[in-house]
Amino acid sequence: MPTRLLPRRAPAPGPDGPRGADRDARRSARFLPYAVGTVLLLGSVLAGLLVGAADLPVRGVLLALLDELPFVHVDHGLTPVQYSVLMEIRMPRVLGAVLVGSLLAVAGAGYQGVFRNPMADPYLLGAASGAGLGATLVIAYSSADSVGGVGIVPLAAFVGAIAGVMLAYALGATAGRADGTATLVLAGVAVSAFLAAVQTFVQQANVDELRRIYAWILGSLSSIGWDELALVAPYAAVSTLVLLLHGRLLDVMTVGDEEAAVLGVNAARVRFVVLLAASLATATAVAVSGLIGFIGIVVPHAVRRLVGGSYRRILPMSVLLGGAFLVVADIIARTATAPGELPIGVVTAFVGAPFFVIVLRATRQVGL
Amino acid sequence: MTDLKVTGLRVARQRCEVLHGVDAEVRAGGWLAVIGPNGAGKSTLLKAVAGLLPYTGEVTVDGVRLRDLPARELARTLAYTPQNPVVPPQMPVREYVLLGRTPYLGYLALPGRRDRAVADQVIERLDLTALATRDVGTLSGGERQRVVLARALAQQAPVLLLDEPTTALDLGHQQQVLELVDRLRRDDGLTVVTTLHDLGVAAQYAERMLLLVNGEAAASGTAAEVLTPAGIAAHYNAHVEVTTGPDGRPRVHLIRPAQVRAEQAEVPTGGSARHDADA
Repeated sequence: MPTRLLPRRAPAPGPDGPRGADRDARRSARFLPYAVGTVLLLGSVLAGLLVGAADLPVRGVLLALLDELPFVHVDHGLTPVQYSVLMEIRMPRVLGAVLVGSLLAVAGAGYQGVFRNPMADPYLLGAASGAGLGATLVIAYSSADSVGGVGIVPLAAFVGAIAGVMLAYALGATAGRADGTATLVLAGVAVSAFLAAVQTFVQQANVDELRRIYAWILGSLSSIGWDELALVAPYAAVSTLVLLLHGRLLDVMTVGDEEAAVLGVNAARVRFVVLLAASLATATAVAVSGLIGFIGIVVPHAVRRLVGGSYRRILPMSVLLGGAFLVVADIIARTATAPGELPIGVVTAFVGAPFFVIVLRATRQVGL
Repeated sequence: MTDLKVTGLRVARQRCEVLHGVDAEVRAGGWLAVIGPNGAGKSTLLKAVAGLLPYTGEVTVDGVRLRDLPARELARTLAYTPQNPVVPPQMPVREYVLLGRTPYLGYLALPGRRDRAVADQVIERLDLTALATRDVGTLSGGERQRVVLARALAQQAPVLLLDEPTTALDLGHQQQVLELVDRLRRDDGLTVVTTLHDLGVAAQYAERMLLLVNGEAAASGTAAEVLTPAGIAAHYNAHVEVTTGPDGRPRVHLIRPAQVRAEQAEVPTGGSARHDADA
């Protein structure tokens, strides 16, 4: 091996050398996916605002959006009804889709990083079954619709999701001695099965509420309004920010708990913080939309194929593409059987699975 | 220049004591090879020194007790590569080497210009430039070993602990990796501790040796002092011949037991026929 042993602190080559050009190329290659992701997200949002039962003129919608920007005043020419459809119905729904899609995708990426397992998804530790039980319980037994202005079903789903994850984490963390991820996953499986059994029992005991329960479980974005958005925005912002900040540490975690420790990183602590943030993101999404599957596992994988294995890129790209994906899925849910509406969870799987296969095949040569 | 000293090291794994009070010392810039039969506690010793296993006793570097150091400080003092490193499925070599800069980064900080420069220098130095954009998972065994070593070097720690750095490597790659470690040791004054199962190889490179048997130090000293035919026969249950090379270092040769040789000499054809039948 012709090993060239250069002095330890070799002078860095000048910025004009071939290295400089190489670095510029690397830098622009690094930002290109984000630009594409942002364009896709904005494009899908625009499509989501334009498509629907009421025909809105493209030009009017664009001008109305422009008019919303600070210091810009243009005459959009929409009728009051059209304007109301745009701003009170479509806008919150599309933004809700962006929010839920981003949260589930980034939470899924976080779970996959923490468990070093590509099959991990945001519902791995009992968030889904916990939320399902919470929602089922209040649909079946609660006479109130809201508590302190907050819808009781979203509240119960949120609390149930957090409780489910906490239960699984507490069980897994106390049972496992060595590398904690395997026992954590097993605890998640056990907790999920248990909570799902209780949920099914409650559901069967209240057959008259079956429709409402199923409607919630299959997921829907139709109940998202400005109030709901304002309510969940802080949780969404905090959990997303924490996850995005942990990209580098999740990269360190890919070499295993032991080697991470050798590099001075406490893997158990990083895992706890990331799981906390990812579970908060999941609970927030579940509270406003019910159980929407597939996004949390498909989007991070597609992203991984596009930008490589580093979580510093996977996490932000998952935010962008998760949002775009759910907006598109929601457009399909609203229009495929118009005037009826498909459950969004059905669409994400129906559209997502073939889409995922296409991504896998198209990127086969660059991927694993 | 950094001395590593281990005193009375006791380690228990799953409530069963594996190391029973081991002493070891490496002078700054030295190379200590930990040898011993399978299950003697070689890897356990290295892991304990690296801070991965709880232990009683003392491990000091330049008189500083390692157990008192915070995790990041420890990682700047001591780099460790495990016997079977976990290879991330999808990570370019450059990013993987950059992980070695982790001990220099705050909790949420990102690697800066200087960290990238250090990583790039190590990559260049280990002749990995051509592989820098390849994924670690696609590398051959020898390349991977160098990449893992590069990650450890990016830690810029004065003490390097390598657990079986040459397992799964063919002869040529074994030699390349060990020559590389030796040159790094001499150029930078790194203190090196390796476990090595191949006594012949260990004798060629290490300055000092520690023979571990059943969790205790059975012998320690220079290669010539530790590698005696009687000692190897007793602890490894192996028949060897030890000669002295022109460099004064012992050379260990595996010899088939005398009884077998005698039988083969008597009936060479029968012997080979029986050998074929066995195979």
